[in-house]
Amino acid sequence: MTGDGAPPTPQTFRIETAGGAARAAAAGACVILLLLAALPAFAGRDLIEDLIFLFYMLALAQCWNLLAGYAGLISVGQQAFVGLGGYLLFALTLWGGLDPLFAIPIAGAVSALLALPTALVVFRLRGAYFAIGTWVVAEVYRLAFAQIKDLGGGTGTALAPSVTSAALGIDRVKSLLDVRTPAARDIVSYWIALALMAGTLAVIYAILRSRRGLALGAIRDQEAAAAGLGVDIYRIKLAVYVASAAMTGMVGALIYLQKARISPDAAFSVLDWTAYVIFIVVIGGIGTMEGPVVGTIIFYLMQHYLADFGASYLILLGTLGIIVMLFAPRGIWGFVSERTNLTLFPTRRRLVVDGGDGEA
Amino acid sequence: MTGWLDALIQGILLGGLYALFAAGLSLIFGVMRLVNLAHGDLIVLAAFAILVLAERLGLDPFAATLAALPVMFVAGFALQYVLLNRTLGRDLLPPLLVTFGLSIIIQNGLLQFFSADSQRLRSGAIETASIALGGGIAVGVVPLLTLLSAISVIVILNLVFYRTPLGRAFRATSDDLEVAQLMGIDHSRIFAIAMGLACIMVTVAALYLGLRANFDPTIGPARLLYAFEAVIIGGLGSFWGTLAGGIVLGLAQSIGARIDPEWQILSGHLAFLVVLALRPRGLFPRALD
Amino acid sequence: MALLATRNLMAFYGDFQALYGIDTILDPSETIAIIGANGAGKSTYLKAIAGLIAGAADSVLLDGRPIGSHPAAAIVKLGIALVPEGRRLFPSLTVEENLLIGGYGRKTRGPWSLDRVYALFPVLKQRRSSATPTLSGGQQQMAAIGRALMSNPRILLCDEISLGLAPIIIADIYAALPQIKAEGTSVVLVEQDIAQAMKVADRVYCFQEGRLSLSGRPRDLTREQIHRAYFGS
Repeated sequence: MTGDGAPPTPQTFRIETAGGAARAAAAGACVILLLLAALPAFAGRDLIEDLIFLFYMLALAQCWNLLAGYAGLISVGQQAFVGLGGYLLFALTLWGGLDPLFAIPIAGAVSALLALPTALVVFRLRGAYFAIGTWVVAEVYRLAFAQIKDLGGGTGTALAPSVTSAALGIDRVKSLLDVRTPAARDIVSYWIALALMAGTLAVIYAILRSRRGLALGAIRDQEAAAAGLGVDIYRIKLAVYVASAAMTGMVGALIYLQKARISPDAAFSVLDWTAYVIFIVVIGGIGTMEGPVVGTIIFYLMQHYLADFGASYLILLGTLGIIVMLFAPRGIWGFVSERTNLTLFPTRRRLVVDGGDGEA
Repeated sequence: MTGWLDALIQGILLGGLYALFAAGLSLIFGVMRLVNLAHGDLIVLAAFAILVLAERLGLDPFAATLAALPVMFVAGFALQYVLLNRTLGRDLLPPLLVTFGLSIIIQNGLLQFFSADSQRLRSGAIETASIALGGGIAVGVVPLLTLLSAISVIVILNLVFYRTPLGRAFRATSDDLEVAQLMGIDHSRIFAIAMGLACIMVTVAALYLGLRANFDPTIGPARLLYAFEAVIIGGLGSFWGTLAGGIVLGLAQSIGARIDPEWQILSGHLAFLVVLALRPRGLFPRALD
Repeated sequence: MALLATRNLMAFYGDFQALYGIDTILDPSETIAIIGANGAGKSTYLKAIAGLIAGAADSVLLDGRPIGSHPAAAIVKLGIALVPEGRRLFPSLTVEENLLIGGYGRKTRGPWSLDRVYALFPVLKQRRSSATPTLSGGQQQMAAIGRALMSNPRILLCDEISLGLAPIIIADIYAALPQIKAEGTSVVLVEQDIAQAMKVADRVYCFQEGRLSLSGRPRDLTREQIHRAYFGS
């Protein structure tokens, strides 16, 4: 091609993450977000409450997935931060008179702060022992908060409607959408939940696409090899643990803002904030961002139709989880993406060669 | 003063119960590096098995426990052979999540069958019997039996592990699975036997759990945490360490309860975290992990 | 009929093919040596026979019976014992316990017992209660061989028993081979030390990149032939 003696054009390389399907999905996601934001204008309270549940379970699932599916930190104790966030919200609003809207990010910050010393101790354990260690920590939080009489002790306490109704923006919502206070409260909670969910997805996506994210992928796949290549495993795991705690804490604050009632057993419940979350991630597909989305939807449907069956329902969940773990360990999304090579949240890098005399 | 001495003695005796909880967990981890998150629920399951056998066969709890031992051995063997062996491998997630799912299944299965009512193993006069040690201090017969049983179990465990061909097979398999196969060791069977033995120890623990206090389907996870704490405090790889760990835990809880009864469990957890922070490998570690 | 035969034996590590159809024969009381460069597939060959690597049922025949798909624990029971590369003694077991566990799977009566192994390798008796990591390389190799003998195998597979050992120690270990052969045990030796292998083997096979490149009796093979078969032309 260059037969005239001129020097050959050098080949250049670049790293690409997004593929065609992903770009379409990104556009679609923006549309969906806008639609969801506008939803309260025409949706009933039931749907809004259902969606709040879906949003915060998805956020929790993404956080757990980041910990376990990417950093190899299998925690059975995330309920520590859910409960912590919830109690912080109550404490800040009841004692500090703070607007709940501001209490939420503060809850996240404090959760992150407390996650540091927690990690220093718990990181001394590995594997399954780490998991149980996180559970012990959650129990410590539960028992400790049960001692705080001013927050209701063992039986818990409630947020007075006057407090929740004083939240920023409720008056605006009432006039804008012409609804009464309880509905306005729900709508504000809904938007917070939507923001938290989208924010969590965005933060996690950003982490995974960053250089640290590449390291996380390496840690997930082969920790010893990653360490050998100079990846500072401890620092990265610590950062992920703290980030996850912060997000989980904020979600916890939102959950209990919406419920307006808190007790140690509920706030630090292994079933609600760990078992269900693990189920979601396992069924949906661990180690991918799409998996928890699929899992949350499935879980929501199951919860909606089957939760009345009580103990039998839980036996079904447990059995389903075991079956999926044994026979389809990559979950439903893993199953699908293996066969179709589909990715909606592209985080894997592809090497693209441009220019030069060779092929592109 | 006697109050504190009493707390000390009660703590040691309580430690015997925790050591019993932990013995099975220690064995399983020593042989196959498996941490069974359903361990506590298996203890509760065994307690219900003893209860049913006692009622159906008209036996006292001790005899019912003897009857329950072979049943639980088979249950453990089958559980490992059919289900848990499939989860073992390099990946951490499957055994953890499968046993977690199992925990939920056992708890809710028991809830279905037995309802959430509290149960108790009744053994008549022995329940309240005590031995006076002088100076106003008395030791309950059941707690004393618990400690003695714990010591016996640990002694037998050590004997089996270090003095029998089966124990050699356990250690070899734990060292190097591939070469163990070259010795003709069928690791699937060996693991299943280990789980069966663990379930026997779980059943003994269940007896003393049920004699000492009320139990219901949901108390499993808390027992798992105590068992786990005892193992970690004592140090991985040492059965005597597990006994010591149980006693340390029992003492921590007992002393905490003396200060304020509501602080009992919290004290135990805090003691565990302190040991973990200061001596991460436990007090008497042995394993070459 | 050959005692042990491999027929079109193939072996894979995932997608990677390590053996491309190996045909070998071992007659009763015979000693054969497998030589070849690193990565030629010699260890893989032994592992396939020992059942550590899965293969087609009829790719390995014992007394004419297909055993290629048997798991390792079953192969030991049939009388084939492997001394693995790198010794791989059990660190949690003492020397004596390592020997005893060798007899765990196969309880057949035979010439080899604890006392007999101690007679073969006296130093093991001295160190019987020691933890195996404290043994020297040569002592560990003796223990590994003794451990395999405890199952009274009809066929002993030895994977690079001279690896990492000083010549004088190698000589010591090879001095034990005649006694093992005298009990009627057939031996398959995988060796990097060609000289040593040629001295003791009745027949030699040479592997090159997963294929058989040469076979014959040591005295019939020339240095050039071996060199070419070992390294390729």
